Amino acid sequence: MNYTDILIYMRHEISLMAVIIVLFVYDLAAGSRGRSRFSAVTCVLLLLHTLVNIIPVHGTAQLFGGMFVYAPLHSALKSMLSVGALIVCLQADTWLRRDDTEHKRGEFYILTLSTLLGMYFMIGAGNFLLFFIGLELASIPMACLVAFDKYKRYSAEAGAKYILTALFSSGLMLYGISFLYGTTGTLYFDDMPARIDGSPLQILAMVFFFSGLGFKISLVPFHLWTADTYQGAPTAVTAYLSVVSKGAAAFVLMAILVKVFGPMVKQWQTMLEIVIVFSITVANLFALRQKDLKRFLAFSSISQAGYIMLAVIGGSAIGMTSLVFYVLVYMAANLAAFGVIAVVEQHSGGKVSMEDYNGFYRTNPKLAVVMMLALFSLAGIPPFAGFFSKFFVFSAAFRGGFHAVVFIALINTVIALYYYLLVVKAMFITPNNEPIPALRSDLGAKIALALCTAGILALGLTSCIFEGINALPSGIW
Amino acid sequence: MIHMEYYLIVSTIMMFAGIYGFVTRRNLLAMLISVELILNSVDINFVVFNRFLFPEHLEGFFFTLFAIGISAAETAVAIAIIINIYRNIRNIKVKSLHEMKW
Repeated sequence: MNYTDILIYMRHEISLMAVIIVLFVYDLAAGSRGRSRFSAVTCVLLLLHTLVNIIPVHGTAQLFGGMFVYAPLHSALKSMLSVGALIVCLQADTWLRRDDTEHKRGEFYILTLSTLLGMYFMIGAGNFLLFFIGLELASIPMACLVAFDKYKRYSAEAGAKYILTALFSSGLMLYGISFLYGTTGTLYFDDMPARIDGSPLQILAMVFFFSGLGFKISLVPFHLWTADTYQGAPTAVTAYLSVVSKGAAAFVLMAILVKVFGPMVKQWQTMLEIVIVFSITVANLFALRQKDLKRFLAFSSISQAGYIMLAVIGGSAIGMTSLVFYVLVYMAANLAAFGVIAVVEQHSGGKVSMEDYNGFYRTNPKLAVVMMLALFSLAGIPPFAGFFSKFFVFSAAFRGGFHAVVFIALINTVIALYYYLLVVKAMFITPNNEPIPALRSDLGAKIALALCTAGILALGLTSCIFEGINALPSGIW
Repeated sequence: MIHMEYYLIVSTIMMFAGIYGFVTRRNLLAMLISVELILNSVDINFVVFNRFLFPEHLEGFFFTLFAIGISAAETAVAIAIIINIYRNIRNIKVKSLHEMKW
């Protein structure tokens, strides 16, 4: 290894760190006038960062003695996550212009980008130490973001629930890792599989480890924080939490299960089967009775996490591809839905319940159509991207031989369609004498929504995207 | 010399006392203290495994150092959030955090 290798294979991390440092200095030096342009500066820098790194370097590499690994698929995923963060930054601008958050605008962007950096390290980790540091770098600033609305009781409550469950889950995960270390004597992903034999202590370690990451992805036995945190957090943060953070954690979970726990594949497949069935079903049943849209999307995101796990369960290369593709499509659809909710919330004085959306189409046809497209994509209706991503995930699990799980998941898509259509019905059909008045969203939100809509419409139909992801080596197989 | 098992018994008791405390305590600070117990039991585990089973490397010790540092950062954030809750509602009982439910 030499220093040029670091510059080539860690360029995502290095350029993001440069962006963060520039923003720090800008926050110090700009003064209140310069700070009003903070959003534009961040978005331009983040866009530059994405564009510079968008073409993956060929070949896999290991840096720092195997501590950090690079594979082209990692690079693609990191680019996807930075696009997601960019969209969130575009959406957050209106909210941050409010009086009580105006002076701490810089903090929001720097914290968001810190969590993104943490996810990068988590994805690129080749050792449990770096993985743990990345995970914490991704979740500690996230707690600050959730509690960002300092004077709102909901936000504080959500922050407390998030940080306590995050601490608890990372404690459980560390306990699992400590037994892994005790039984194998190493923390490197590459050295571990040779010493893993499926002894009871290692199964215990695997379950503890899985429950730690399960909290981050909010799979069912570990999902209790999700709804409260999603409802209480500022909407832009909820969008970020539900998409970017979840996508990164799901990818890492799959990589570690396959790479490190490869010899214990039977054990974790059994565990995943149970978790998937419960995640999808329980979340769907709870989503049916929600009146608050953010809470509703929280439960929908738990069931989507279950679908993402369907890609993991087969443990195959095609599963990895469909996982990354699913995350990409889910990102477009969910960010569009949260974008519409954020715009409505900001311009109507905090309206987020489903009844407020009655007759929404009459006053705001464009926003209503974007929301409808997003929900259709989440439900998986054919011409939109969600259908294709679900199809790939199902076929990956089916090829792995998990027919019963796929069948239950298919039944659940029908239930999910019902509750997604409830929102569509409220917007288009239910009459309302006082619908939300026609509102004009600002430029940032418009660009963000346009990007997401383009994603929903195009991602499924342009087959080269899936094939492109499939062609990138992941460095595992 | 004290055998490895005794250390592990201590750490296991700490771990499950922490979990028990996290589930049963009704005060945010007490819950935070319980989580600290869990994290410290993990640190003991790492150090003991390193010292007794793999004394030729130092991975376990390093992991412990990082875990201590990071858990301190997490605790700082958690306490900041708890103080903010106290400022908002003058109370840090879990019972009073019931605004959002099912």
